[in-house]
Parts: sequence; structure tokens; C-alpha cells
Amino acid sequence: MADTKILDPKIPAGPLAEKWDLHEKENPLVAPGKNRREKTVIVVGTGLAGGGAAATLGELGYKVLNFCIQDTPRRAHSVAAQGGINASKNYQNDGDSVYRLFYDTIKGGDYRSREANTYRLAQLSMGIIDQSVAMGVPFAREYGGTLANRSFGGVQVSRTFYARGQTGQQLLLGVYSALSRQVAAGTVEMFPRHEMLDLVVVDGRARGIIARELLTGEIKRYSADAVVLATGGYSSVFYLSTNAVNSNATAVWRAHRRGAYFANPCYTQIHPTCIPQLGDYQSKLTLMSESLRNDGRVWVPKKAGDTRRPNDIPESERDYYLERRYPAFGNLVPRDIAARAAKVECDAGKSAYFSDRAVYLDFAEAIGRLGKDVVADRYGNLFDMYKEIIGDDPYQTPMMIYPAPHYTMGGLWVDYNLQSTIEGLFVAGEANFSDHGANRLGASALMQGLADGYFIVPRVVASYLAGAKLKPIGADGDAFKAAEDDTRKYLQRLLSIKGSRTVRDIHWELGRTMWDKVGMSRNAEGLKDAISTIGKLRGEFWNKLKITGSDQDLNKQLEQANRLSDYLELGELMARDALSREESCGGHFRDEFKTEDGEARRDDAHFAYVAAWEYTGADREPAMHKEDLVFDNVEMKTRSYK
Amino acid sequence: MSDKGMTIHLKIWRQARGAASGKFVDYTVKNVLAEMSFLEMLDILNEELVQKGEEAVEFDNDCREGICGTCGMVISGVAHGPYAASTTCEIRMRQFKDGDTLTVEPFRAKPFPIIKDLVVDRSAFDRIQQEGGFVTMNVGSAPDGNAFPISKEHADKAMDAAACIGCGACVAACPNASAALFVSAKISQLSWLPQGEPERGRRSLAMVAQMDDEGFGDCSNHGECEAVCPKEISIENIARMRREFVKGALKG
Repeated sequence: MADTKILDPKIPAGPLAEKWDLHEKENPLVAPGKNRREKTVIVVGTGLAGGGAAATLGELGYKVLNFCIQDTPRRAHSVAAQGGINASKNYQNDGDSVYRLFYDTIKGGDYRSREANTYRLAQLSMGIIDQSVAMGVPFAREYGGTLANRSFGGVQVSRTFYARGQTGQQLLLGVYSALSRQVAAGTVEMFPRHEMLDLVVVDGRARGIIARELLTGEIKRYSADAVVLATGGYSSVFYLSTNAVNSNATAVWRAHRRGAYFANPCYTQIHPTCIPQLGDYQSKLTLMSESLRNDGRVWVPKKAGDTRRPNDIPESERDYYLERRYPAFGNLVPRDIAARAAKVECDAGKSAYFSDRAVYLDFAEAIGRLGKDVVADRYGNLFDMYKEIIGDDPYQTPMMIYPAPHYTMGGLWVDYNLQSTIEGLFVAGEANFSDHGANRLGASALMQGLADGYFIVPRVVASYLAGAKLKPIGADGDAFKAAEDDTRKYLQRLLSIKGSRTVRDIHWELGRTMWDKVGMSRNAEGLKDAISTIGKLRGEFWNKLKITGSDQDLNKQLEQANRLSDYLELGELMARDALSREESCGGHFRDEFKTEDGEARRDDAHFAYVAAWEYTGADREPAMHKEDLVFDNVEMKTRSYK
Repeated sequence: MSDKGMTIHLKIWRQARGAASGKFVDYTVKNVLAEMSFLEMLDILNEELVQKGEEAVEFDNDCREGICGTCGMVISGVAHGPYAASTTCEIRMRQFKDGDTLTVEPFRAKPFPIIKDLVVDRSAFDRIQQEGGFVTMNVGSAPDGNAFPISKEHADKAMDAAACIGCGACVAACPNASAALFVSAKISQLSWLPQGEPERGRRSLAMVAQMDDEGFGDCSNHGECEAVCPKEISIENIARMRREFVKGALKG
């Protein structure tokens, strides 16, 4: 195994609150006009981070090539975020501040994120709201015309801005409108239905990508001066998750294979409020927004094995376990805590009548207090969605919910400038690891996506382009030819296996292993088992896969098989990372490391670091490198929401 | 939850990429449960086709929760199928009966050429947006979010229109293949907000002109678009778009 390196996050000097401003002052710039037009930046992904970065770089005058797998950039998975976006505006006069948002995020992440990045995120949060409002994003408003706020889990202020239950969609349409303007202006060239399949590295720097045009199957080369990946998270490794069915890790994993380190892969977020799993045929799990916990009360029957319908269980025989265990935060504890608490109850045999993997989310009290109309105004669309899927009316009968994979805090390692371990390769949004530590707070993903996209990527990429003396290159060099050739052979190999197992079949099996062994709670024995099971499954995949159709055509079977081949490596890395982290923190819970009352037991003396993994080959053990986490401004405490 | 599965007969439009036309092909899917989504039923069909060595039916889909606007097919004559205010992915099989025969076709319209099977090209919508579906302002120049109060009523009207997911069902349902509901939703959203004011006239003229150039038909008030819209976008927006267009044209 290679020697462990200590990575330098390149955090600028100076007091925490001034780091970003001081850094900005020192960053070199590229002059407007010809100098910018001659610099090409590839941006992969058109969600809040990618689309925001592409549009903003276009506004600045750079030449941008923007890729997405969807038929139009407006459908990136940011669209699905429901509840809201945080900003430390303190419009509610409830004591919010940049510091408080920073502190809540650090604490919510269980002291496993980088102070300087998290502080910058809190600082930039306010500008995101201003920018989005100015673009015409129709946020909810009060009768007086000012912006409305709601509360989210893990905090004691109201700082979440929202647009009904469609906040992600509305913010993404803001990004899409800015992108549309740049496409019309000729600064951004859009490549919809294109999938990045490899990163091209020349002289140690990211200089282009190989992409497949999904309709024709054509493999193409694109060169640039810098590459930005904003391709989202990897929850689909679990097969069943709240992510869109095309969400995938292929772009980041191919960059990882080319030398970008992968940080904290075991930090995954299991969202507490999803519709429970119904059957093996299922293709995805449906999220019920966290905002429901503002008014809904979570409970299970006090008696194990109670199969009465919820309305037949009297008040005295219900256990509102979140209110009981966490009186200070009640139903609004952070996601990791709420999810694990549901598992604890269900594991003890206390669950909803319908399944041993479901708890109740009850609105009777809220309907009594607020009236049905107010509840319908707040959550009507979610109630309707629930009723259509389950067949029960949540106005009459408590909802049933259970945790499901939702978000991944881990991702490609980046320094303060969002640059990966490959020079010229920047990573933004959920695809990087930087801001949420071991657990992300609700309404913070949209915030990070737009902070990265609108504000950070345009500056740090400009400074890289100004500082790096890059020779212009086309896409004709040997590195490009070889990468194109490799990509084509890889796809043809997938088609040539002609075995007996479908993509779905193998992915389902991978997902089951991940959920059972690398899911809400993990232990050494299970993780070792997962590593060996996934290795065998990878062998099975390369020997028994069966897909039909051609690589010269629109072929979703081939697309999914290609993505699954990466998940079969990433899943194993997640298990290795979880095994090496002998502590419990945030979304990573090890059965061996818990307190007497079942809470996570962190080990700051030994594990206050970022694990950044280096790829060493498909069937070889990866090498772990470290970034030490230094806390100069907050005291590392045991997280308590009691 | 249902214990017994249904048998569903399907007539699905199959068309090779680049072919001028296609045809309906009959399939049967057994053991279909009421709580399955329509697309999960198609997943089962595709699993069976691949196992038999045949090509899977291609259909666009992604979020499978009704928000991304990727999916869309005409099920037995209705865009997005029989359940109101839903996308195709939100349709559950409880909408159908054991033994039903369903026809499944792509969204048909001249400006939406068929790519393969049920997949169509809706890029015309992007080109319409590029003509004016935005506020011209760069990152960095925004005033404070509360600098301009906007009445709740106007903010709500803007949000009602902004809820459009760009799926194209309105076009598929319209006998004229008009994109009026889609285009009016964007024009209307920005017309309710002070941010949209400076470019109001130019925006409506440019977007409507591009809509015409793409080959979409005229609106003749059938109202089919509103009936199939998964986000219940009101045809009041079309009336508003017309007023915006006339005002824009008069101002020059």
C-alpha cells in the first residue's frame, strides 16, 4: 500500500470571517474580453452547482461547454428538492447570523467538515437569496410582501426560504433561465443528452473529457483549459433511494480512476421521512419533505407487535419517541438522528401496522390547532402524492414513513478552492465532499449548490486560469485518442458479455447488500462481508451481464450497465471507508461505537480527519490519505439535541 | 394493498431511431399490483424483453415523482394517462382494471419529432426560453431580497405559473399542437413580478415569435392543455400572454 499522505486544504490565512475576502483580494484575475473568450471551461452537470457555474462563467465572458445527460438542463436532479434553502438573513429577528448558520452546519455535520469552507458557505448564503429573487424566483411571501421563512431540522431559528414544496425546481429554473440567456448570447454551448465517460489528463492537468452522445452513441472528445464536475451524489448505489433513476456517479468515479481522490465515501444521508418500501418491483423511494416535521408528530405503538390500525390506538398507548428522547428539538432533530431513532423502534418490533419498517407521522394535532385548510395550504401536494401511492388519506389516518437513502456527503476531495487532487479539475455541489461533514442539515444542499455555482467556482476557476500558464491544446493528442479508444472498448465489452442477468437484477442485489451492511448502522463483521460480497458481485457482473441493443443507438440498458460497473467499485470503497472509521459520527453509525443510551460515540482523538482514497486499480486495495480537521473557532462537543 | 396481480395488455408504439414511422406492438404484463407505478409496470416488461433477447422499450423518465418533466406518454388517448394533475410516472396501476388493454404512444406533435419508441425531441421548448424566458441580470448585481415587497397575491400568481415542468403534455393534448400554455406560463410568471417589468414587452414578442417559428399551432381555446397539465397551469395564463403580446406590440 502507498504511504499515507497528509493533504493540504490550502485554507487562506487570516481570521475565519475574513478568509474568503482576503483570498479574493489576492486571487489573480483574467482581463475581460479576448483573454476570457480564449479560455474554455468544461462544466459537466446543469443542476444548481453546474448550471449556476456555467451561466456565471458565461456572464463573465469565458467560453463554456456545458454537458448534461437529461434532454434539457432544466431537468437536473436539483429539481426534486422540495423543502427549502437556508440563508442567514435573520429576517425573522430570531437571533440568526452568519456565525449561527456556520455553527449549526458544523455541529449538524458532527464536527467532520472543514471550518473555513463551512463559514464561507454561511457567508454566501445571503447573496443566493438576493440573486434568486432578482431572477424572478417566486419564493413564498407574507401578506406585507416580504419573504417568508420556515423551520427545518437541527436548528432553533427560522431561516429556510421556500417556494411551496418546489423550492429546488424554482431555484433550478432560475439557473436554467440564466443559462438560457447565455446560450442565446453564445457564451455557453449546451450539450444535452451527453454523458461524460472519461476525464482526459495531460501533463498532470485536467484538459478535457470524453462524452457519449446518448441518442447516437457517438463517442466524442472535448478539450478545455479547466474542467468542472457538478454531477451530483451517489445514493443510487443503494438501488432504492430518493434520487432520480438516472442519477449516477460515473463522472466522478472516472475522474477518481484518473487520480482524483475520493473523500469520506461512507458519509451517506438516510432521509427519515420517505414513503416505506412497498415491494421488490420498486424502482425508487418517494421522499415526503422534511418540512412535514414542522407540524407532524412521529410515533409508534408502545407495545411491540401491535398491529391495530393507528386510529384504534389510544393516545396513552402511543410513544412519541422523538419528543420523549429529544425534548429540546422534538420532531425537528437532524436527519441522521431521526432516521436512526425510527430504526431503533422498528428493530424493537414497534412499527406501523403495515410493515415492520414503518413509523407514523401524525397530523391530527396540527389539523386541530390550525384547521384543515392551513394544513392543506402547507402540505396539500405532499398529502395528495401520499394518498395516490399508499391509498390512505393523511388528513384522516396518520402517514407512514421510513428512512431511505437520499444524499451523499462524501464525494471527490477538494481543497478550499474546490480543486481536486488533479490540477484544473474542480468539483462542485453534491459531487464534492466539502461542507456538510458526516451529516447534512435540511435545506442546505440547495444552498451549497448555488454557493458553489454562482459564487465560488467562477472565482476559483478564474484564478486558476490566470495563474496556470496553460498551452492551448486541441483534442487530437495521444491522451485524448487513448481515452476515446478505452471508452469505446469498455462499452463494447459490456455488450459482449451476453450472460443471463439484467442490469436491474444485479443492481438490486448490490443495493440490498449496501442497505443491509453499509446502511443506517454498520459493524466490522458486516462491512467485511460487504467487501467480499461486492467483489464477487463485480465478478458476476462482468461474466453474466445481459443487455440488448447496440452502442450506436439510444440504449438505456447500456447506459445503466455502464453506471452500475462504477457503483460496483464505489460500493466497495464505501464499505472500506466505513470499516476504517472506527467511530460513529453523523450518518456513519457503527454498532460498536455508541453510548449507553444508543447515541453516536465520536472519537475526536483518532478520527478528526477526512479520509481521501486513492484509486490503485479495479481489484486492488485503495490507498488512504488524510486531511486533518483543525477546529480553531468552535469547540468540538458531543452533539446533543436533548 | 392488493394481494392479487392484474393482467394488463399493452399496445406500445415502437419506432426505430431514424425511421420515418413505427407501429403498435402488443405485449402482456402479468402480476401487476395496484400500488405499482405505470413506469414500474413498463420496467417489468423491459426486464422480460431483455431476458428474451429483445430490445427494451425506450421511454424518457428520471425523477419518478412528478417534478422533473422528463417522462411523458399518451396512455389510451390521454397525455400522462387517466389520473388528473399527474405526470406519467405518478400514475399508479390502481387506475386500471384486470384485463384492461392500454395503448401507449409518444407525445405526438410536429415540433416534437419522435427519436425512438416513446422518446421525443422537445428541444423546441429550450429555444423558446432562450428568446426571453429570463431576467437580464448578472450574478453580483442583485439588491437585498426584501428590497422590493411583492404582494402575496402576486407572488402566488407567479408561483402558480412557474410550477410548469416543461413536459410538453399541453402540446400533445392540443388538436393544433399549440405550445401556448407552456409559453404563457413563463411570460405570465415574470409579468406578475417587478423583476420582469423592464423586459416585459420584448419578452412576450420574442418568445411568441420563436414559438411560431418552431411550428407550434395556434391556440383556439380547446382547453385540452389545461385538462392534462400535471401542474394544473390555468389557461388564464394564455389570456394574459395575449394581453402581454398586444401591449408589447403596441409599445413597439
